Amino acid sequence: MSEPRRTALDALHRALGATMTDFAGWDMPLRYASEREEHQAVRTRAGLFDLSHMGEITVTGPQAGEALDHALVGHLSALAVGRARYTMICAPDGGILDDLIVYRLGEQEFMVVANASNAQTVLDAVALRAAGYDARVRDDREAYALLAVQGPQAPAIMKAVTDADLDGLKYYAGLPGTVAGVQALIARTGYTGEDGFELFVAPADAERLWQALTAAGEASGLVPCGLSCRDTLRLEAGMPLYGHELTASVTPFDAGLGRVVKFDKPGDFVGRTALGAAAERAADLPPRKLVGLVAQGRRVPRAGYPVTDASGAVIGEVTSGAPSPTLGRPIAMAYVDAAHAAPGTPGVAVDIRGSKEPYDVVALPFYRRER
Amino acid sequence: MSINPEQLRYSKEHEWLSAPADGAATVGITSHAADALGDVVFVQLPEVGATVTAGETCGELESTKSVSDLYSPVGGEVTEVNQDVVDDPSLVNSAPFEGGWLFRVKVADEPSDLLSAAEYDAFIEN
Repeated sequence: MSEPRRTALDALHRALGATMTDFAGWDMPLRYASEREEHQAVRTRAGLFDLSHMGEITVTGPQAGEALDHALVGHLSALAVGRARYTMICAPDGGILDDLIVYRLGEQEFMVVANASNAQTVLDAVALRAAGYDARVRDDREAYALLAVQGPQAPAIMKAVTDADLDGLKYYAGLPGTVAGVQALIARTGYTGEDGFELFVAPADAERLWQALTAAGEASGLVPCGLSCRDTLRLEAGMPLYGHELTASVTPFDAGLGRVVKFDKPGDFVGRTALGAAAERAADLPPRKLVGLVAQGRRVPRAGYPVTDASGAVIGEVTSGAPSPTLGRPIAMAYVDAAHAAPGTPGVAVDIRGSKEPYDVVALPFYRRER
Repeated sequence: MSINPEQLRYSKEHEWLSAPADGAATVGITSHAADALGDVVFVQLPEVGATVTAGETCGELESTKSVSDLYSPVGGEVTEVNQDVVDDPSLVNSAPFEGGWLFRVKVADEPSDLLSAAEYDAFIEN
């Protein structure tokens, strides 16, 4: 085992008394005090996250967009400068290698943000697939620390530390700017179901930015937040997580995310043939569908637990489960047979270590913020 | 300085055991264990009248991220369970040595390796 990697904010997390955990080879804050209170802070006020474990890959050059069109399933060359797009990278057999956010920073510059656990895979695949194009692929994992401010108070907190035009910054957009005197890429993206910002900065500036945001957020109740509440926030928001809802053995169509695959973009792309077949299969004979489950009782489903029908037959499997602080009951995402996927399907249960616990099938997400 | 009460004894599975009073001892988990679990959201306790065995599973403690077995530090008959903690599992986090106690047991069999507060402090330090 190699030593875990530490973010530029590591000393700060320890000073704050964080419980640390290994995550994809990184030593990351799991929680600072109560994960439930951190969750509620993001839903009602604001939370501050260190997400420096995420992997950044920069693609530049005259054909950067075309190279990404070929490497990924989305139509990235059509993305306007300053905008961001949720997309995926698939294997030739259509299996999902990772889900990604791609920012177009300039006419000839894109930044691909990969999950920590898949960053090397994505870097290698993008570099290989871009080989025939006039484009350069750069590993920028060491170039950035990533902080996120999420929650209804996030815009007010940000306005206290930046002159950037935040009102002009739409959801899923990013622009360069100065935040608390630090050069940053300011992105209006996040993974919590709330409004918020993700700030890509030089690691040397991370601590200064964290302190400035902490000070700016003090009056509105901003708290530091760890990965534990990030997981319950994203689960309530119905957002898939790689390794749970998304894996190399499912295609975007199996995950109910076929809309990210852009067959009508110019040129060929890796996985096109297999994904075309997956799209037809999904239309003719629906695969298991990703649904939400809400517990009638209090026992918590976990990834891998079987989902059963009224006769006890297995009809699916839980991919993520947790007690929902917002709903006050356990919730789960699960793949279930299409025949049992409709909201309100009776008799659905989760087998929790031998006990069949009744669950209601609901549409995702569990939680949607008011706009 | 110890945060673990002096008058209790401790198992290496992080349960505490009170001195018997009215014929039964009280069992809970330590604040060290509660902190490690995170927010406890569900507890399953043995039933009153059930026989528990020292070092064996007698229930479950579920937190946001994980589920853990609850072991009994001693053997004997369960005389009472804490309904308050069933109704509000967060008591395990907020008051592990007080309102967050789990069950009471008429002790029939007690292992010889239960730890004093000082010994338990040293155990969790390592």
